[in-house]
Amino acid sequence: MHTLSIAELAAGLRARKFSARELAQTFLDRIAQHDGALNSFISVTAEQALVQADAADAALAAGTAAALTGIPLAQKDIFCTQGVRTSCGSKMLDSFVAPYNATIVDKLQAPSPQGAGMVMLGKANMDEFAMGSSNETSFYGPVKNPWDLERVPGGSSGGSVAAVAAGLAPVATATDTGGSIRQPASLTNLTGIKPTYGRVSRYGMIAFASSLDQAGVVARSAEDAAYVLQAMSGFDPRDSTSVDRPVDDYVAALNGSIKGLKIGLPKEYFAEGLDPGARTLIEAAIKQYEALGATVHDISLPSSPLSVPTYYVVAPAEASSNLARFDGVRYGHRAEGAKTLEELYKRSRGEGFGAEVQRRIMIGTYVLSHGYFDAYYLKAQKVRRLIYEDFKRAFETVDLVLGPTATGTAFKIGSKTDDPVAMYMNDIYTIAANLAGIPAMSLPCGFVDGLPVGMQLMGNFFSEARMLNAAHQYQLATDFHKQSPKGFK
Amino acid sequence: MSLSPEQIRQVAQLARLQLAPEQTEHYAVQISNILAMVDELSRADTEGVLPMAHPLDMVQRLRPDVVSETNQREAMQAIAPQVADGVYLVPRVIE
Repeated sequence: MHTLSIAELAAGLRARKFSARELAQTFLDRIAQHDGALNSFISVTAEQALVQADAADAALAAGTAAALTGIPLAQKDIFCTQGVRTSCGSKMLDSFVAPYNATIVDKLQAPSPQGAGMVMLGKANMDEFAMGSSNETSFYGPVKNPWDLERVPGGSSGGSVAAVAAGLAPVATATDTGGSIRQPASLTNLTGIKPTYGRVSRYGMIAFASSLDQAGVVARSAEDAAYVLQAMSGFDPRDSTSVDRPVDDYVAALNGSIKGLKIGLPKEYFAEGLDPGARTLIEAAIKQYEALGATVHDISLPSSPLSVPTYYVVAPAEASSNLARFDGVRYGHRAEGAKTLEELYKRSRGEGFGAEVQRRIMIGTYVLSHGYFDAYYLKAQKVRRLIYEDFKRAFETVDLVLGPTATGTAFKIGSKTDDPVAMYMNDIYTIAANLAGIPAMSLPCGFVDGLPVGMQLMGNFFSEARMLNAAHQYQLATDFHKQSPKGFK
Repeated sequence: MSLSPEQIRQVAQLARLQLAPEQTEHYAVQISNILAMVDELSRADTEGVLPMAHPLDMVQRLRPDVVSETNQREAMQAIAPQVADGVYLVPRVIE
């Protein structure tokens, strides 16, 4: 059952080949069997899963089930889940049991017709407060890449991708502030999509950098991703950045022809720094797209090399403000025996936050401080507009932009932990989409030395349907995405 | 731009972060490296460019001024580290 697509699982449930309870139990058993090696879950919610599965079985029997009713999923531990610990990968929230559900949790898990009726298996591991590209900053320990247990799965959604890649969950939610869906998807042979900023509600999603954060999904195919993104998307009055605009039919769009699709290749994405093996695979993918009837065009995104420095001003600045809420008073970690209020704040935050989070809070505090604001923060916001305008220009002539997702394959655990700047360079190809607010996705395009490589598609605002269509058509013609890691068959 | 351990202590104070003394030196080196990378921004010509705070050209949405949330005080206080008689407890602020 763990190798079936979401459409096959839904058909199997309807044909009574298996019940939602059997399906949930199959994945819970696989988690019990394999997750000791991977550490992809922070919490496994077996009891609740079976309760939700029984409700799904009842809905299926009564004929009130929705398309995804009874399909299991893993939720990244950044989404608030009522009555279930929501840690965000941090000691700060180790004992935090969310008092309410994130909007996407209700949308995906509430019984039909209020929600999609999916079944939560547990909460996926992640970099602390989603700050990281390797899942090594989690308070709950690093996640291992199922393709090679000595390597990172990428981050920050490392638990989400490891669980799906190893067949411990059919699909998982994830979030992306600078590449946290796409880079880990690339490193684990998954399809991951970060939709347009504002497409998916962020209510109940713990904030990192509010002008960049967006929720999305990691799956084993573009088709699976389309089903779940469809159920997650839509306007939410509880999120002031949510966009009030109808959601396209992503599933229906999958089967359209891509003849005549104009694909732009930004020369900056194929410059120095890209692994030669990955480059060869991406060039082959471009040829495949041409064979499918797309046309390719050389373009330039001249400001994109400044994405990483821009991001490391904007994101920490917003994070330092967002994370000011953790004060040891209302929820989260509280230091013992503080004598004054200031000591309570300082020690609770010093003890509760790990090193990467502390670094980013300090960078953010520094760039926003008196005397440095113009040189750093205002300057970064201006360069951000240049990056945005590059894309605006590009989409006047092309439909999609194609390039690498990551600079190469998964790296060894521990190999970059002492060098934050080297770690930050992992996101060199992914950050620009967050700064511009456009949708972007990663999908598998081959292997170097047995390790997966992903390519990235970026589209204009609200062009998720077209991107998923282009990804699906590629996946109909290739079988890279169907490969799974040896130890987890 | 390079930050001294003393500047790190000042920034940590502004951010209300208690650092162990042995961390300060390490953070000074790492954060100086990060700021050196960020300094690349100064090469960009941004003459006449408007700062971009947000990716969508949108204005703050308004809603009717009516009560939309129910009182959840007990649920919110249930997750607090220390409460008594319905209030949050902190160390004494006024002697």
